[in-house]
Amino acid sequence: MPADTRTIAELSHDLRSSRLRARDIVEQCLERIAARNASINAFITVRADEARHEADDADREIAAGRWRGPLHGIPVSLKDIIDQRGVPTTAASRVRGGHVAANDATVVARLRHAGAVLIGKTNLHEFAFGTTNEDSAYGAVQHPLDASRSPGGSSGGSAASVLDGMACASVGTDTGGSIRIPAAACGLVGLKPGLGEVPTDGVVPLSATMDHIGPICRSVADAGFVYGALRGQANPAPIAPAVVRGMRLGIPRAYFLSLLDDEVAAGFERACTRLAQAGVIFDDVAVPHAREIAPVYLHLVLPEAAAYHAHTLEERSGDYTPNVRIRLEMGRYILAEDYVRAMQGRAVLTAEVEAALHGRDGLLLPSLAVPATTLGEPTVRIGGADEPVRNITLRLTQLFNITGHPAIAVPCGATRAGLPISLQLVGHQHRTVDLLAAASALEPYAGSGASM
Amino acid sequence: MTITSWLEHAIADAESRQLAALRPLLEALSSSTAILRGADWNLDAADPADHSDADAR
Repeated sequence: MPADTRTIAELSHDLRSSRLRARDIVEQCLERIAARNASINAFITVRADEARHEADDADREIAAGRWRGPLHGIPVSLKDIIDQRGVPTTAASRVRGGHVAANDATVVARLRHAGAVLIGKTNLHEFAFGTTNEDSAYGAVQHPLDASRSPGGSSGGSAASVLDGMACASVGTDTGGSIRIPAAACGLVGLKPGLGEVPTDGVVPLSATMDHIGPICRSVADAGFVYGALRGQANPAPIAPAVVRGMRLGIPRAYFLSLLDDEVAAGFERACTRLAQAGVIFDDVAVPHAREIAPVYLHLVLPEAAAYHAHTLEERSGDYTPNVRIRLEMGRYILAEDYVRAMQGRAVLTAEVEAALHGRDGLLLPSLAVPATTLGEPTVRIGGADEPVRNITLRLTQLFNITGHPAIAVPCGATRAGLPISLQLVGHQHRTVDLLAAASALEPYAGSGASM
Repeated sequence: MTITSWLEHAIADAESRQLAALRPLLEALSSSTAILRGADWNLDAADPADHSDADAR
């Protein structure tokens, strides 16, 4: 059975007009999970019976004329650091053994209100502290297109579930790129909303000042629907695409385009050529302190993560995977004065991104410097050197967690081996809907996503 | 605390806690900290207009 690649927009239309039943969509996803999850390992918890009940409820409500909105009856997966009442939140860690969530996270309550069917909890890099999902108490997630590769992370199970047809959308978290990186690696759309737009209560934190929650979907329109639900709108209006002709986008070439895989670079330039032919006006912009991005990020995320985990590191260090434990321990050595310097740098970088956006509709750059990385390989060869996978995968995304600007990953073709390439569009603060409108307009020109 | 002194203390503490695997990570972190301290947004109490110098700290 091939993966169902229909979008929420398509499925919802058929559900509302009774040409399709939610139960049928859920059964199709469950069949896919039964057939493929043993190898792909996207899900930690599958709520098969509960999802069937929720789908039946949705079918009854829709038949009775009580259609709630575009997510009504749509199977959505949740990254397993988001609390769902009565279900374990494992964070892919033995540290969480025996945990069962007492309450829904606000975002889960909002998804329920929108009528989504919560089909299960997805695998991730332990405590969201990594970009490959290899360090998980439940084992690594395999890329649905190539079992030797990672789907990216830390929301890797989420992306794999959507790409493989096990769910129609997923909700993940993004502290340095953990929505955009797997979306890019899997040829999907991944939205990191602006900082603070979507509440994080009931979600296991990684970095209290940089955590974001957002959707991984098959289209920009779908990301708009899930984003609307996460913001509390059960029936959000479809995002109207912006006008492409005359759209002004800045490209931060220095640093961001200086260390790219050759095929990623070529794919990005081809997408830019198509967009320019469609009428987008490009110019180059600068982020003068780009060299300091990674140091600022590290000196924020490491101590913030360490503060949350300090007690457990003392009491149950052996329950962490070795790599995550050692990185958490590293954060305990950062001095307060260096955390303050990083906070000062955060203000500088935020101002620089604001300046780069001034007079423009957005910034455009690749989402991920390399195609999906190989499982078990700690480094990737790029620019004549071996770069740590963690560093190269975070390189293009972490800035916008520091600054809080909304950013979205959109597919823009594939390598010769069929691995997805992705562009990243960055918008103005507090204007995520405008970002979605711009992304929706660019999507047809960017290039195709992945298909199973 | 200078970066050199910080690194010495951190490695000694990590090794006393049986965390020898931290050493290469702390060494890499010290390079990152040097870049952070060398950034031109850092001010100097003796002269607020003067930028920091990682080598002097």
